[in-house]
Amino acid sequence: MNWNDVAVLLPEIIVTIGASLLLLGPFLRRKPRPAGMSLGLGAGQPAEVSTGDESAKWWMLALLVITAISLIGVSWAAEGLALSAGFSQMFALDAFSIFFKLLFIVVIAMVALLSDDFLRESRYSAWEYYSLLGFALCGMMFMASGVNLITIWVGLELMSLSSYILAGYYKNEEKSTEAAMKYFILGAVSSAILLYGISLIYGVCGSLNLMDIEKSLSTLISNDALMFGIMLLAAGLCFKVAAAPFHVWTPDVYVGAPTPITAFLSTASKAAAFAIFARIFYSALHDFHLDWSNVLATVSALSMIVGNLAAITQTNIKRLLAYSSIGHAGYVLLGIISLSDWGIRGILIYTTVYVFATLGIWATILMMRRHEYAGEEIDDFEGLSKRAPFWAFAMVIFLLSLGGIPPTAGFIGKYYLFSAAIEAGYGWLAIIAVVMSAVSIFYYFKIVVAMYLREGKEADMVITRPLQVVGAVALAVTLIFGVLPAPLITQVEQSSHWMATRAAVPHVGR
Amino acid sequence: MLNALWLIPAAPFAGFVVNGLFGKRAGKSFVSAVAILGSLLAAIFGTVAVFQYHALYPHGERYVDLVYNWFSSGNVGADVAFQLDPLSVVMLLVVTWVGFLIHVYSVGYMHDDTGYFRYFAYLNLFLSEMLILVLGSSYLVMFVGWEGVGLCSYLLIGFYYKTDYAPAAGTKAFVLNRIGDFGFLIAMFLMFAYFGSVDFARVSQLAAGGGVEPWLLTAICLLLFLGATGKSAQIPLYVWLPDAMAGPTPVSALIHAATMVTAGVYMVARSNVLYRLAPDAMMVVAVIGGATALFAATIALRQWDIKKVLAYSTISQLGFMFIGVGVGAFSAGVFHLVTHAFFKACLFLGSGSVIHAMSGEQDMRSMGGLKTKIPHTYRTFAIATYAIAGLPLASGFFSKDEILASAWATPYFPTVGKIVWALGTIAAFCTAFYMYRLLYLTFDGKFRGTHEQEHHLHESPSSMVVPLWILAILAIFGGLLGLPEIFHAPNFIGSWLAGAVPEIPGAHHLIEIPAGSEWTVMIVSTLIALAGWWVARSMYKDKQLDTDRAIEQRVPGLARAVENKWYVDEFYGATVVGPLKQLSIFFWRIVDGIIDGIAAMLGYIVAGIGDLLRFFQTGNVRNYALMLFAGVVVFIWIFT
Repeated sequence: MNWNDVAVLLPEIIVTIGASLLLLGPFLRRKPRPAGMSLGLGAGQPAEVSTGDESAKWWMLALLVITAISLIGVSWAAEGLALSAGFSQMFALDAFSIFFKLLFIVVIAMVALLSDDFLRESRYSAWEYYSLLGFALCGMMFMASGVNLITIWVGLELMSLSSYILAGYYKNEEKSTEAAMKYFILGAVSSAILLYGISLIYGVCGSLNLMDIEKSLSTLISNDALMFGIMLLAAGLCFKVAAAPFHVWTPDVYVGAPTPITAFLSTASKAAAFAIFARIFYSALHDFHLDWSNVLATVSALSMIVGNLAAITQTNIKRLLAYSSIGHAGYVLLGIISLSDWGIRGILIYTTVYVFATLGIWATILMMRRHEYAGEEIDDFEGLSKRAPFWAFAMVIFLLSLGGIPPTAGFIGKYYLFSAAIEAGYGWLAIIAVVMSAVSIFYYFKIVVAMYLREGKEADMVITRPLQVVGAVALAVTLIFGVLPAPLITQVEQSSHWMATRAAVPHVGR
Repeated sequence: MLNALWLIPAAPFAGFVVNGLFGKRAGKSFVSAVAILGSLLAAIFGTVAVFQYHALYPHGERYVDLVYNWFSSGNVGADVAFQLDPLSVVMLLVVTWVGFLIHVYSVGYMHDDTGYFRYFAYLNLFLSEMLILVLGSSYLVMFVGWEGVGLCSYLLIGFYYKTDYAPAAGTKAFVLNRIGDFGFLIAMFLMFAYFGSVDFARVSQLAAGGGVEPWLLTAICLLLFLGATGKSAQIPLYVWLPDAMAGPTPVSALIHAATMVTAGVYMVARSNVLYRLAPDAMMVVAVIGGATALFAATIALRQWDIKKVLAYSTISQLGFMFIGVGVGAFSAGVFHLVTHAFFKACLFLGSGSVIHAMSGEQDMRSMGGLKTKIPHTYRTFAIATYAIAGLPLASGFFSKDEILASAWATPYFPTVGKIVWALGTIAAFCTAFYMYRLLYLTFDGKFRGTHEQEHHLHESPSSMVVPLWILAILAIFGGLLGLPEIFHAPNFIGSWLAGAVPEIPGAHHLIEIPAGSEWTVMIVSTLIALAGWWVARSMYKDKQLDTDRAIEQRVPGLARAVENKWYVDEFYGATVVGPLKQLSIFFWRIVDGIIDGIAAMLGYIVAGIGDLLRFFQTGNVRNYALMLFAGVVVFIWIFT
């Protein structure tokens, strides 16, 4: 074993150990706890104790802070290396992965804060919950760093398995367990498809390492088995990013899962899936761009159209956001299709701004969450401008950002993606994207209309400190990067530099 | 200071934030301290920056302080950056110091107003936006300030929002300014499209580099000037300025006389390279300026509201400035901008002092004989009137004379230049006449108001009188900044501003005025101004209102036409506003119905699609899995 390899892996090691310790949290505490703590998915009888334990949250946040510090330290130490791969080229610590890992850590921290109330009110254990979030984070970090299809796949599975359980965390709610079940089964199917694609690619290229695949593809003329593999790989990834027509699970799971988990699924999980999507297609498969770009263009167009049109008729805000997230997946795919420096920058920028705006919206929704399912209909937003003027305003900013209206950050993201598509010769896709953005404004403004123009019911809100923190951070990011995008753009240019050079490699095999 | 130019607009902005957030609860002394500190800091920062700049760049090179890169994409981009060059230095000093004086004055004037904190918050915000406008290094940053001052102007015109007329006047100002902004925006789009930049120096450089289509430059210049006619109240968009007098009087002095309304003049002077390459556009500027100068001056001849006279006078004087920049005498136009800021601010503040003394009365028919009651106000007002009338050796004399002489001698369009000169000279006669009419009707004769008003008459507090005297002194001696060449004295402002007017191939540089025509024009202007004063004196000093009554009997139609401002508002109402209303009703009733129908139809279609999608969204996991497989199969089938 090489100690350098271990050092590169340090943040992941910390997360793994930390998440395991969190699982042991209740037992490591001095105070004796009553029984009924175990996960026991099918246990049936509710645990009698309120395990919404304050200290769990703080341990979780401490773990995230330590992880972030170790990541920054490790990346600082590894600076200068364009790509420092460890473990026999299985794992890379490059600028691209560091960008995404930091994003994941921040997002998981915000999801942890969003979960605070939910855990305090519910009777389910906070320790196990945070532990699962930690394992999901670990999986996501491996996804970001994986340069071998096996690493990527294992990371993806770790994240997915944790998400399945989290989606069913309301284990006594029929909706929640049903969502988890559906998510699990369909996830298993998509994993199988993905794995089949990977095996076909292995069969053609003789390697699972992305760089080796790139090398062998550069001398390869078109090949049916390979195309088959790429199609299956793309289909599997499209399932993970919830792109049409592989999106069907999204609305049901988003609505059924506990709201903080929906927030997690719609932000972190998607961002991680896009990280591997971009990594594989930019660095390994770019020689076959002509072959896969049309497929993905179709997927992108379908996602934008289906997601945004279906969102119009929704009255449940979780379902609405589920469909809207399908549309957003379509926009981000533009960045992959265009295969250019602008495209990859657009992916990074858009993922970042989308994640923050979405988290802000979830924070606002959770503020209105009374009992377990209120605050989910658009009607519940009526009169919010009177009840909580600041958060109503924040909500408008988040929605504008999702709609891509300046001066919010969403505009910058869409600007990069759309112009990348136009430059790559996908003008028709850009037109669909713009038209569908306009459509999205329509249903986003249904919420604004409800907040500002309708008289509200006398519903009280619980605006707790953690939710305020999440909302404020999201608002700050959305506004600051909207007005002053330069720091983000500079960062993204650095983080995507290597990937952008891959996109520029002449396609010798074609 | 030079590497932190942003601090200059930031200081009053901080004042706006503090007063906006805490002003309502804090006391009046706190509010005024914060507001005055904000404006004073801006003035001090600005002055320090000017000294440092002058030490480093004695020849007036352009200094740019980049704050950050706003956005850049491909070859199009814009920075948020501030710049100092001779032109912005002049504007910076005028805006900050006059702004500071008016802040001080406002403490006394607004003392009993319930919206005290709101007023000062807006005033600070205005100052901040105006400084962004003046210091911005590109059209885009300038536009940010341009819109910002427009917003503040709207807010402050409608300050007395409980009245009927003030909000309407604010809306009118805003709408007319939007028409101008449309031109400004299109001009910027053209620059982005053809030059790839909106940076002042870059645009000038590309335009002067040759190879640019003449129509493009003319179009950009005319569109920019459309923006200027809105902001600076020129024909045809001037009608908002008289109504803007609905705002508090110090606002009229600061925004609607000294600073904001001169932004258009500043913008044209700033774009002098573009204009000099497009003489046709310059001619339009000069002719519109001359026409506005005369037209507004005639309306001012027969107004009763003391502020309305000054408002039309401002429009007319802005016309003079546009004559200056239009005929190519950019430094003369800016010089008049400076002296006008002094004497017009003094006049407005003086009128505020009169209104203050008269317990809110603005009609001159109720005034008269105030000379002895409010002596400081009277003296400063008389000094400023002397200056604006263009009587010898005061500031207005030199600046107006330079403009008229330049119009006479302009090399761009000699014949039209003479016509513009004639328009300006007649306007100058009117100026002297209506200003002295105002002075005599207000301060001479007998008091015509009620006993109660007479009882309340009092001189204003020193926070108001001191700014008046400072401005009056500047109004007298401000002319020393720009003595004409024939006096064989240094023309400070002219040689200073020469740095902002670079020599470019294919265009005239500075205007050379032959000594002979300079003398001729100066003597003619002096005689004209004296004639205006003498006529006003003989008509109004003793006879007061009798004269106006006599005029009304002699030529009733003309008198009424002038009094009703040549019915321009009515004309616009009949030709533009009315049809527009009809059109909007048409759109509302008919077109809206059609569009609504289409929208509803689209809605049904979309809802249908939604239902169709819902059909697939069965909630049945087996169906979903089937769809997944179907998707994969279809893809493989189609694409491999």
